[in-house]
Amino acid sequence: MGNHISLLLVIVPLIAAPLVAVLPRGRLPWAASFFVSVVCAVFAGIQLWSVLQGGVISYELGGWAPPWGIEYRIDAVNAFVALIVAVIAALTLPYALHSVEREIPEEKIPTFYSALLLCLTGLLGITQTGDIFNVFVFLEISSLSSYALISLGKSRQAFTSSYQYLIMGTIGATFYLIGVGLLYSQTGTLNMQDMANILPSVLHLNTVETGFTFIMVGIALKLALFPLHLWLPNAYTYAPSVVTVFLAATATKVAVYVMLRILFTVFPQTFTIATPADELFIVAGMAGVIIASVYAIYQKNIKRLLAYSSVAQIGYMVLGIGFATATGLMATLIHLFNHALMKGALFMAIGAIIYRIDSCRLDQIHGLGRAMPWTFGAIVLGGLSLIGVPGTAGFISKWYLVTAALEQSAWLPVAVILIGSLLAVVYMGKLIEALYFKPVTDNRKVVTEAPLMLLMPTWCLVLANIYFGLDTDLTVGVAEQAAAILGGMKP
Amino acid sequence: MKPNLILHVIAKFIIPLILLFALYVQFHGDFGPGGGFQAGVIFSAAIILYSLVFGLENAEKIIPHHWLRILASLGVVIYAGVGIESLFLGGNYLDYTFLGSNQIAGQHLGILLVELGVGITVASAMLILFFAFAGRGRE
Repeated sequence: MGNHISLLLVIVPLIAAPLVAVLPRGRLPWAASFFVSVVCAVFAGIQLWSVLQGGVISYELGGWAPPWGIEYRIDAVNAFVALIVAVIAALTLPYALHSVEREIPEEKIPTFYSALLLCLTGLLGITQTGDIFNVFVFLEISSLSSYALISLGKSRQAFTSSYQYLIMGTIGATFYLIGVGLLYSQTGTLNMQDMANILPSVLHLNTVETGFTFIMVGIALKLALFPLHLWLPNAYTYAPSVVTVFLAATATKVAVYVMLRILFTVFPQTFTIATPADELFIVAGMAGVIIASVYAIYQKNIKRLLAYSSVAQIGYMVLGIGFATATGLMATLIHLFNHALMKGALFMAIGAIIYRIDSCRLDQIHGLGRAMPWTFGAIVLGGLSLIGVPGTAGFISKWYLVTAALEQSAWLPVAVILIGSLLAVVYMGKLIEALYFKPVTDNRKVVTEAPLMLLMPTWCLVLANIYFGLDTDLTVGVAEQAAAILGGMKP
Repeated sequence: MKPNLILHVIAKFIIPLILLFALYVQFHGDFGPGGGFQAGVIFSAAIILYSLVFGLENAEKIIPHHWLRILASLGVVIYAGVGIESLFLGGNYLDYTFLGSNQIAGQHLGILLVELGVGITVASAMLILFFAFAGRGRE
């Protein structure tokens, strides 16, 4: 097997997707998808382990040697991100069984799982490939399938929000492609490593700078960096619960990974620091943290509240990129992992509420926490992690982020991170107040706890939040290696 | 639909030619311009022309909708399957060299099969799109 694992990680869901689409209705499509997601998670685990043991994996597709052929090149950075994506998928699918049966029309269920697997293929493909054009191809696979997934939401707004995302996402992907084209015109290569070798000699050209800008704006659209986040709240709010969980925990993370790769592997690090890019990232990150958190406070819809919180969290990750130091990159990578855990847990718990009362309006959930104690517990613990209370995973990422800011004596970002956490206390407090302390509305039917199949994956993620808040060997250890690879430096 | 003699005669004459040309583009793609994508589009154009002239119901009798779904999936499976096959034969994914007795035969067979998969998927996806839009508002 050996290196083939890195390839199978992408091919297994790819080949499963068309097969699942033609399976008969019933639970078979779900079972097949679940099996595939577990296989992927195992492969991703083995891949990370062998990368940590033996260094970089390089796989030549079709036997064509790079830089002519497409190369999958896996180091600690992408093995780490691939593991996040695959594990979240493996946890989302058991959750999906009941939630999808409730929210998706029966005749669409096989296609739904097929699209979910295609989305997984795309996201894993982005992480695996070492070819800058291949990234675009996988970006389109994951985006097109996620447009379809979002449009399957129950309300009519799902169509408009999916369409909105389609327009914004296509602009983002096109900008990325224009940028890649410009870089190709100057370097004559699409392989990331090869391009990294050639770029230093052509860095002074305007074409290269323009290409860099196009790529950055394109990816910033895909990762919903403030103020390019406008598609995200609607898409997350109106998508089916399962899709929100999966996309919130993976899609933006993968886009952050692409940004890291381009900034630190393809371009020399000095280029980012010499251009205003790093300052812009810090400004956009700070604005995103504050403004999106304030927006979150005023939301009447709990999914939208968490969606705005996601925009704020992306702000933290971009802050870490903006510092362009080893600690900053570590903070970004740790938060990438931890945010997937906390938002996954929170959106799963919200999905359990929607499963029971078929609504996600803040004034419909009054007193629900007492009827659904386990779901409520998950929201409280997930919320604490989101705020960054010591003992939870959120604390670790904020700790490293503040350390990175202090290293540079950047006091404003430190203040922004702390204010952002306080604002998170306010919006999570609002959610918890409505769930527990508000009196139950009279005209509601009796609500019971969510089924076990929804609670178990949720609590897996909640417990992971606490585990990775106490034992940071995996996250910090891998992030340290990854930051060293990206930055070519030791913290 | 009002029968239109000229359209009917011309369409009956031209549809086999379009299908034949699609197959030519498909299988001559590795020697000249062409390939699976173009061939798939041309092939589906013939069936779309048929349904424009002879009506949607008749066209759906030739290719029922659930068949299209299976065919669209089949094409992807053929493509990915060729890659898996070369894995089993000891090469890297999609390394066609291992498919034949020598390198040229292997590369030839590989690209032919992969393009066949592309052609099947493109043709059926085009028809699925056409029927989805043309069939709107019927019921």
